[in-house]
Amino acid sequence: MVTRQITFEPDDRYHAFLTICQKAPHGDGKLAGIAVAVKDNISTQDIETTCASKILKGYVPPYDAHAVALLKKAGAAIAGKTNMDEFGMGTTTENSAFGPTLNPRDPARVPGGSSGGSAAAVAAGMVRMALGTDTGGSIRCPAAFCGIVGLKPTYGRVSRYGLIAYANSLEQIGPMAGTVSDVSLLMSVIAGYDRRDTTSYDRPYQHTPSAEIRGLKIGIPQEYFGAGVDSRIADVVRKAIDRLEELGATTVPCSIPSMEYALAAYYVTCTSEASSNLARFDGVRYGPAADTKKPWHDAFREVRRAGFGPEIRRRIMLGTFALSSGYYGKYYAKAQVARENVRRDFARILAGADVICGPTMPTIAFRFGEKSDPLSMYLSDILTVPVNLAGIPAISVPCGKVEGMPVGLQIMGRPFEDERVIDTAFAYEQAVTG
Amino acid sequence: MVTEQDVVHIADLADIGIDFAELGIFTGQFNAILEYFDILDRVEGGGSFVFDLTNVMREDEAEPSLPQEEVLANAGAHEDGFIKAPRVM
Repeated sequence: MVTRQITFEPDDRYHAFLTICQKAPHGDGKLAGIAVAVKDNISTQDIETTCASKILKGYVPPYDAHAVALLKKAGAAIAGKTNMDEFGMGTTTENSAFGPTLNPRDPARVPGGSSGGSAAAVAAGMVRMALGTDTGGSIRCPAAFCGIVGLKPTYGRVSRYGLIAYANSLEQIGPMAGTVSDVSLLMSVIAGYDRRDTTSYDRPYQHTPSAEIRGLKIGIPQEYFGAGVDSRIADVVRKAIDRLEELGATTVPCSIPSMEYALAAYYVTCTSEASSNLARFDGVRYGPAADTKKPWHDAFREVRRAGFGPEIRRRIMLGTFALSSGYYGKYYAKAQVARENVRRDFARILAGADVICGPTMPTIAFRFGEKSDPLSMYLSDILTVPVNLAGIPAISVPCGKVEGMPVGLQIMGRPFEDERVIDTAFAYEQAVTG
Repeated sequence: MVTEQDVVHIADLADIGIDFAELGIFTGQFNAILEYFDILDRVEGGGSFVFDLTNVMREDEAEPSLPQEEVLANAGAHEDGFIKAPRVM
């Protein structure tokens, strides 16, 4: 089936890639010959896949993730595997075991995370489009920090088969590109039912973006413009929303009271799921080998201590604690009630509004090393994690600058209305790029 | 408030491996994070939810699987077609 190949020899000065496929074969289809970068936690047959972790160094998957198989079927050339925060745990790509990615807009700053390599590869013009994954903002944050477009699809719309799991109930594979049209094009290739993902939903995406948004009702949650959000970012995003109103949309103020505890609910949930998911990395079936002469626990601990970075070990321990006897009710059970409250808040608002708009991130991209304390890093995810808890679609589209750095407008929508979210972003993009 | 002793216990449960030098750092970070998580105490209600969803089960049909040599290719050690693991007893 493969008839041709492209030569891909980019100048990777920002360390966007962990693996570069210099000769990338491709077939025919709507992505024929287009170089697509794939985040390194998505399995690619015969191409090393490490999740930016030492514990998977040398692992070469014997099969493709469903999304990658669909890319190949559409004729795309898999150009390489992009850098990320180890296992997707981070907001800056500084947690990669193989060194950070730099932000092409300002190399003294982080590209955001965890899909920072994919965002930088697109922003630097190395590839036209890339796949990322979004567990708590990992597509939208780097899209905002690097000034590109990134979509977190509705949960269930893109198969997670072959995505190396970190927090199954939250994460989705999604498209990243320089324009809304390309994000839409890539989404049309990767969305659809897959029987190998038990949470897959039969809702293919076949949509051409439309800039017609007259009559669109936009909910403006006060929490997205309040304490903790840089007022300059709030101003830029408000102006972007004004622009949408000029195009015929109307706005309604609203409130998401569950935002108060959404971040805590997110971190309890994702660390709990991680503590279970990452138990499989034991040096037996893949990755650097465990010493089979040693007793099980000793061998296991040795491999995991050497193979996992500090943030991974922190989150596995936090999750283990949250699920442990005597604490389950206080943490995990409460987090699930909180999660349901978040879902209900969004459902209530989205019964009266078609989409919700706000900033993607509360600040512009951090300087390297600016945030070293884990809790303050977690707090920067406050505007992106509610979407994952609720399972709804959300896009980040560039909407201006602060200190010369890009700002992202986040547009959130009803479940399975990724098309409307895309259209709203497209209308904005077309209006400002003319 | 978790103590260094608690963190050692959790690290044991998670088979994560921890040494004395990092214990103080992890313990301090855990306490800051858990203090933040206390905000969940304000969430009312608990227990479980009933969703209008049912499990999706497929037929249990045998399908082709990956060749044994490809599956073993990533294993640290194997013998006679089996993956070799550290001893359990």
